[in-house]
Amino acid sequence: MSDRNVSLSAALKYKGQGPYLTYILHRIGGSMIAIFVTMHILGTFFEMIGWQIGDMITDIFISPPFQIIFMFGMLFHIINGMRITILDLFPQALIPYHKQAILIEWIIFILVYSFAVITTITTTIARMS
Amino acid sequence: MQTKARTLPLSKRGMSFETFMWLFTRLSALAMYGFIFTGIVGALIMGAQNDMSFVEVMRWALMPNVGHVEHTNIPDLSPFATLFWRSVASLFFFTAIAHGVHGVVVILDDYFATENQRKWIRIINIALFVIITPIGLYVIWMG
Repeated sequence: MSDRNVSLSAALKYKGQGPYLTYILHRIGGSMIAIFVTMHILGTFFEMIGWQIGDMITDIFISPPFQIIFMFGMLFHIINGMRITILDLFPQALIPYHKQAILIEWIIFILVYSFAVITTITTTIARMS
Repeated sequence: MQTKARTLPLSKRGMSFETFMWLFTRLSALAMYGFIFTGIVGALIMGAQNDMSFVEVMRWALMPNVGHVEHTNIPDLSPFATLFWRSVASLFFFTAIAHGVHGVVVILDDYFATENQRKWIRIINIALFVIITPIGLYVIWMG
């Protein structure tokens, strides 16, 4: 087994276009979810047993800037995962249309994410008053 | 230009552990869409139309734990803390963590290629799975 011999800078310059962008964003989103879920569970648990570090972790997670950044990775992972699942379960019929599927995915993602960002901001303002 | 799909039937490919986990990743994703849909419908039935915003419904649907509706305008949280919702949350959590642990291993395998590194990736991830799962269930059931 050999070491990976492609540097990160070379990987980032790879011109894989649309499909590669979804591939790398799916991985970034998945990693964000994995780290967030682990920290969120630990934070809530620490809060329940009365450790102050739990409140500090939760304060970060309920802040709107964190939520807006995190929702990008999470919603992209969910919507892109739906495309992957649908195409992979019906490969012969659907994989020839993978570029169209990515276009539809981006439209859905932009609509849902925009709505999520707007309601995060409006809800934060409404709950303050 | 449209490309022709290249597929090999499962009978010719064989069901290795990797193939099984490939299928598990997709099927667990489908199951999680089912849990999300259940959460959205449940929230709407329990008063989300008037007392929750879109992002609050989303937070609840992505993990139907009563703590996720604490800061909404819902006056009575008890329908959100029933045995049914705690069971849905537990099943969702278990599916998500199994899907996630395997996903993290797949990603890390691309950056750590020696046998020893990959062994440690698996040990650390399985240890995290074993530690985080009971803590998560405690949060869901005692919250």
